[in-house]
Order: sequence, then structure tokens, then C-alpha cells
Amino acid sequence: MSVSAPVYPTRWRRPARMLRDRRWRLLVQGAALAYLVLALGSFEVEWSRVVEGLSRAQRFAHGFLQPDFISRWSDIRQGLIESLTMTLTATVVGVAISVPIGIGGARNLVPASVYGLCRAIIAVSRSLQEVIIAIFLVAMFGFGPLAGFVTLSFASIGFIAKLLADDIEEIDPRQVEAIRATGAGWWQVLHYAIQPQVMPRLIGLSLYRLDINFRESAVIGIVGAGGIGATLNTAIDRYEYDSAGAILLIVIAIVMLAEYGSSYLRRFLQ
Amino acid sequence: MKPTPVTPDAPTTYADVWTFRTPRARLALWFGWLALVALFVYCWQVMNADTMWVFVADAPSQAADLGSRMWPPSMAYLPELMAPLWDTINIATLGTLGGVIMAVPVAFLAARNTTPSRIWIRPVALLVIVTSRSINSLIWALLLVAILGPGLLAGVVAIALRSIGFVGKLLYESIEETDSRQVEAISATGASAAQRLDYAIVPQVMPAFWAIAMFRWDINIRESTILGLVGAGGIGLKLQSSINVLAWPQVATILLAILATVLVSEWISARVRHAIM
Repeated sequence: MSVSAPVYPTRWRRPARMLRDRRWRLLVQGAALAYLVLALGSFEVEWSRVVEGLSRAQRFAHGFLQPDFISRWSDIRQGLIESLTMTLTATVVGVAISVPIGIGGARNLVPASVYGLCRAIIAVSRSLQEVIIAIFLVAMFGFGPLAGFVTLSFASIGFIAKLLADDIEEIDPRQVEAIRATGAGWWQVLHYAIQPQVMPRLIGLSLYRLDINFRESAVIGIVGAGGIGATLNTAIDRYEYDSAGAILLIVIAIVMLAEYGSSYLRRFLQ
Repeated sequence: MKPTPVTPDAPTTYADVWTFRTPRARLALWFGWLALVALFVYCWQVMNADTMWVFVADAPSQAADLGSRMWPPSMAYLPELMAPLWDTINIATLGTLGGVIMAVPVAFLAARNTTPSRIWIRPVALLVIVTSRSINSLIWALLLVAILGPGLLAGVVAIALRSIGFVGKLLYESIEETDSRQVEAISATGASAAQRLDYAIVPQVMPAFWAIAMFRWDINIRESTILGLVGAGGIGLKLQSSINVLAWPQVATILLAILATVLVSEWISARVRHAIM
């Protein structure tokens, strides 16, 4: 019985890494192409308006290169103070509220009913955009940094409580067992077994959230919640692109400082 | 059992009770908390110097009033939302696409092992990444609406510009984490620099690349829902106009639609990332 030798390809071809089946690959590529055609088809661009805007773009670039810190300095200063104070107070309050919720969201510490409630709070806080929350809180509390403070505190809860709860669920159970074997109660287990394990991470998360809250404080001002965002919005509405450029440069500088500072501190603490 | 002999330089008296921390650590901790509380109180005072507490006092009644106006959501408004929702998804998807296309070269220029020049080009690439990351897409949209005029284009460009930093940062970190032995193996075959990238580095970062792109797409769906507030198209425009005419049942419908879209996109992105990684 003779077996005809199979025909081997003489040239090496790179194997497909993701969708190994050729039909699937064609289907996915076809679907992506069809979507692109549809999406670009429903896309209307008014080119005359774009061309008209180019001169503004030029003026904006000019403003960015020659920022004007002086003429609106008192507004910028006020906005910055609001943003920074709002960031700090919101982070402190957000962390203070998230710690109990984060503990309640850890399945290895609490009964299912508490777990469900805390995870529900986390889910609500995470799924709503800061700006949308801010719109409602401005309607409730009036314009100004207090509405921003409440918004950022609320948004911090979802972030910190979720990551803290996940972290507590992943702790070393042997340490908990050891403390419990000494006859410790629930609070003592929390204090002596859990807290030392999650504290470095909690501090790291809080610093990271401080950084995020400052960035967000620059945004929620656009809907009236105070801070540097309000100043920026005013500057752009007045077509003062040199002041807007100055504000953006200050925001970028502070964000960079905060990012390097918080990553340095986190490395130092861990 | 005999106790071990005490070394001469050890303290002669010991505390009878075990404590969690040493006295010095306790003191430092106490001062740390004091400083934090003092800073908090000071910031609170500065922040609320101009707060009108009269408005704050009636916030609960305002909230109850708002809630009663929003309920029940107007379901008849839902069909009208489909076109803006499609626009929102397009803004997010096309914006992600544009952002990724721009982010890939930046990431390769920023990664230590692939950058052509560590002294000249790498800092520029890092600056691009930081600038893009520190300005929120809503602020990009605010600028771009002023420049390009209101509409979808401003939204797409805003999302794309914001995505560069995020995708670029995560991608350059994963390029730096690639296995250098594979690069060495490829270069041992006599491959040029371009071939080294193509055959040694790109296959290693490909899964991370798709995961990052999907993750960013998910975030972009969230962000594109609000871009309309500053005029950059999508469902945010409907939200803005409904709030302006105080049509609260419509606002409730829009919020539900946004919530559903966000949940679905999060689910899709999690599934795809799970399949890739």
C-alpha cells in the first residue's frame, strides 16, 4: 500500500495567533469592515465649518505657546484653590466612607446580605459618570465647589471600595486564622489580621484617587460644580485662548506633579 | 525550659502588655492623623467660604422633588434616542480606532527598548502621552467644538486625542516587558531592526494590545455619552436639551439608556479581554 507523500508548503507562513479558524477570521474582518462603512456613512462633516475653524485652531495654538497667566490670574487662582481644596476634602471623605463599604463588600468577612448591599452601592457609584452626577448635584446644592465635593466623594466610593473589597478578599487567610485562634472577636480580627495586610494598598489607592479627583475636578466645573473647570469654560467662552492655554498648562503641570509624587510615595510606602 | 540569657545591651525593663506599635510609631501616627485632620478642616473652610448654606439645607427636598418629576421615565421617548445612541457608539469606536492608530508609534518611540533615541525622542513621546492623559476628553471636546464646530467630528477627535495617552502608556509598558531573548533569537538570524520589531516584539505585545484597545473602547463608550453636553454629538446632546427644557421624564429615560449601553459595553469588553488573555 503506497501512501502519497503530503504536500508540504515550501515557504514558512506566520501562523495566525488569535482567531485560528480561517472562517471566523473572515467573518470578524467582514463584520468590522461592514461596521466601518456603516459608521462612516452616518457621519456628516461640514467641511466649510472645519476650514473656518482652522484660524481659531491657529489662535489656540498661539495661545498655548504664549500663555497669558497675568490678566485673569485672580480667576485662575480662585479656580485652582477651589479645585485643590475640593480634591483633598473629597478624597478624605470618599476614603472614610469607602472603608466600611469596602469591608462590607468582602465576602470572607461579612454575611451575604451585607455583601449584596455594599456591592450594590459600589455598582451604582461606578456606573454613573462624574459629570452626570455633578449635573444633578449642582441642581440640588446650587453652583459652587460644594456640589463638586459631593460628586467627587461619591465617585471615589465606587473606585476605592471596590478595589479595597477585592483586596480584602485576596488576603492571606492563615493570618486571619491565627488571630482568630487566639480568641479574637470580629473587630480584633479586622484590626490585627486584615488591616496590616491591606493598609499599604489602601494608602496607595487613596493617593491614586487624589490624583484622579484633581483631574476630574477640572472637568465637573464645566457643568457648574466649581473649580478650575469653570474658569476654563469661561475662558473658552470668552475666546480668551491665551488664558485657556495658561489654565491647561497649569492643569497639566499639577497632574504631572501629582502623578510623579503619588507614584514616588506609593513606591516608598510599599 | 531555661529562658535564654539576656544580652547586656537589651533594655532592662519591658512593657508588661504587648502593644501593636512602639510608642514612637504611635506618636508619629497620631501626629500624622492630626495633620491630616487639620488640613482637611482648613480646606473645608476655604472651600465653603462662599457656599450658600440656604441652598444646601433644602437639598433633600430638592432631591425628592427631582425624583418625583423624573418618575416614571418616558418610554415613548426611547425610539427617538436610537439615532443619538448609534452616534455615541460611533464616536467611541472611531475615536478608539483613531487613538490607537496614533498611539502605536508613540508607544514604540516611548519604550526604552525600541526608541530610536533615549535622550531626544523618548522624552518627547512621554510628553505627548502625559499631555493627552492629563486633559480629560470633555475638555478636549470643549476645545475642539470651538475649533471644528459642533458635531460628531469634534467628539471623535476628542476621544482619539484622549486615548493616545492611555493606550500609549499601557502599550509602551508592555513593550518594555517583552522577553529580550526572543528579540535576540530573531536578530541572530540576521534580521534588520524593522524585522526585529515585526517578528520578535509585535507578536509578544499583540494580546496586550487588543486587551488595551478593548479596555479603552469600554471607557470611551462611557465618556462619549457625555460629550454632547459641550456640543460634540451623541446622546449627551439629547441629555443637554432635555435638561434645558426641564423634561425630567426624558432625562430619566436617557440615563437608563446610558446605563444600559455602559453595562453592555463593559460586558462585551470583559468577554473579549477574557478570550484574549
